[in-house]
Amino acid sequence: MTGTRTAFEKARAEDRAALVGYLPAGFPDVDGSIAALKAMVAAGCDVIEIGLPYSDPVMDGPIIQAAAQQALEAGVRTTDVLRTVEAVAATGVPTLVMTYWNPIERYGVERFAQDLANAGGAGLITPDLTPDFAPEWVAAADARDLDKVFLVAPSSTDERIALTTAASRGFVYATGIMGVTGTKQATAAGVAPLIARTKALSPNGGADLPVGVGVGVSTGAQAADLAAYADGVIVGSAFVRTLLDNAGDRAAGLAALAALTEELAAGVAGAVRA
Amino acid sequence: MSTYDADELGWFGGVGAFGGRFMPEALMAALDELDIAWQKAMVDPTFIAEFEDLLQNYAGVPSMLYEAKRLSDHAGARILLKREDLNHTGAHKIRNVLGQALLTKRMGKTRVIAETGAGQHGVASATAAAYLGLDCTVYMGEVDTERQALNVARMQLLGAEVIPVTSGSRTLKDAINEALRDWVASVDQTAYLFGTAAGPHPFPSLVLSFVRGIGDEARQQCLDQFGGLPDAIAACVGGGSNAIGLFAGFVDDPEVAIYGFEAGGDGVETGRHAATIFAGSIGVLHGARTFVLQDDDGQTVESHSISAGLDYPGVGPQHSALSAAGRATYLPVTDAEAMDAMALLARTEGIIPAIESAHAVAGALRVAKERPGQTILVNLSGRGDKDMGTAMDWFHLGEAGEKQ
Repeated sequence: MTGTRTAFEKARAEDRAALVGYLPAGFPDVDGSIAALKAMVAAGCDVIEIGLPYSDPVMDGPIIQAAAQQALEAGVRTTDVLRTVEAVAATGVPTLVMTYWNPIERYGVERFAQDLANAGGAGLITPDLTPDFAPEWVAAADARDLDKVFLVAPSSTDERIALTTAASRGFVYATGIMGVTGTKQATAAGVAPLIARTKALSPNGGADLPVGVGVGVSTGAQAADLAAYADGVIVGSAFVRTLLDNAGDRAAGLAALAALTEELAAGVAGAVRA
Repeated sequence: MSTYDADELGWFGGVGAFGGRFMPEALMAALDELDIAWQKAMVDPTFIAEFEDLLQNYAGVPSMLYEAKRLSDHAGARILLKREDLNHTGAHKIRNVLGQALLTKRMGKTRVIAETGAGQHGVASATAAAYLGLDCTVYMGEVDTERQALNVARMQLLGAEVIPVTSGSRTLKDAINEALRDWVASVDQTAYLFGTAAGPHPFPSLVLSFVRGIGDEARQQCLDQFGGLPDAIAACVGGGSNAIGLFAGFVDDPEVAIYGFEAGGDGVETGRHAATIFAGSIGVLHGARTFVLQDDDGQTVESHSISAGLDYPGVGPQHSALSAAGRATYLPVTDAEAMDAMALLARTEGIIPAIESAHAVAGALRVAKERPGQTILVNLSGRGDKDMGTAMDWFHLGEAGEKQ
């Protein structure tokens, strides 16, 4: 069992959902993102996703786009992302990289997998790479027992959910809305059917593959609603926004980030589990 | 079916080589649905008849194949022009949008979205949407809305909504990103009219199927009018839809040399260009593995060209495969060479080409030097009305009284 699975199992044992938090590396700068991610760990995130900033992020809305663009304009490199992974993984919390595919292909799939493993990273979340187009990544991840987190969406056919869950390790990422990050709000009623289909179509009825819900989740109340159905709740844009809103004051940004983490952690813990 | 066509997963040149479908899972069902609907339509005589009727009676196709005699004298080779500039809306792009919009109707969707760089695909999309009664939203980089205000007005007059894109570099690649973001959120009712033979499978093959009339017609016209095949063919390549449409008619004629001319901008050596195949490297952009202008970390690098229609840091995957296979040769043409060719064609033939198409003319003039006396067929993919602002600046035109 990989570290990510273990974190989901621990949450389940505590009768709650896991809280998964996202920030892009290099935002507001590399050391600033490390400090922010550590603050999220300290305030209650069970799993961390580190975004690899990319010039053409088609699944991201304006908030994450703005952060990624700022990071790129400041010169963040793929090696900086790996350094960020190393620093955050050292806290003991499972740390994944969320990335569009081209930067990995450019770095070299084998080389990235090895450097990610060396940094203590748990695996990759790949929003524009599906299992049917991922043979190189699947081989590289399997050779190192890295998590392969693929996505399912409300529009996914049953056939594709079966394909995706069979190929996933760590957890499977269910998108809470049809749309990009940081725009619309996901609702429990909207997501429950996808989670139920995903569980039913996973190998072993989902016993080995937790389902995390992300895209469209920003508040503690929403986290509580969604945690009633999902094994994990994933939040990104809302965390980024606390730093964007406090751009001139790092300490205030970190305080807002910690406060939001605590709100969300209370949310996932306070759910009435379905 | 040519040996250069894609396999059923959209790979050109072998599994994993070029093309494929690197897209969010949220769009996979829609892309599969589109693939199936398109394949069914292409073997349905009713659909084909309707498409061909529209092309003939609405778009003015087939466009003529014209022997440019004074230009030929100048070039030292016989230059034939495929006059796509005479089509309705002024370019080859009407073929693609009529095909895709008809398919949209057939699939029961009511709204289309499109990206546009110079505005030509946006205008063509708005035109097809107006003709077929579909809602139309066009994404256009804010930089491009400013330099192509006339086309913004045309789209608006045709009833389309034009949304300026302010993210990233605010040009064509960002307009594609924003259209994809719209599509993720609206895929139930909305079809994405992709503007070039690029993007995720099935778009490169689907767009080819609607524009390949350019090459099929040109091949037959050349046989009928001149008694043989050309020695070489030439087209400009941005995303590459006009070029792939022409090339498709000739790829299986090994005696015909194929040339694609990319935008060399200020010169490839300056770094300010859009010569993606000539000077780029293999990567994944907008859903396909293909040549890309990118840095060492795989971040897309901004392209530069005087021609907005060629100003794109990617290229259709089939072109990458044709280049890798050695079947077609891709070379850069600078802004200055293209503008010289624009003026030359205007003054020798009385034809003002789009600056995009002027790249193909300039390239053909170079090919003519290597092939004196031979026949070179050039796709004149669009007309230059939209480019008069650029031409006025470049050539200092517009003040009456002295000959420039």
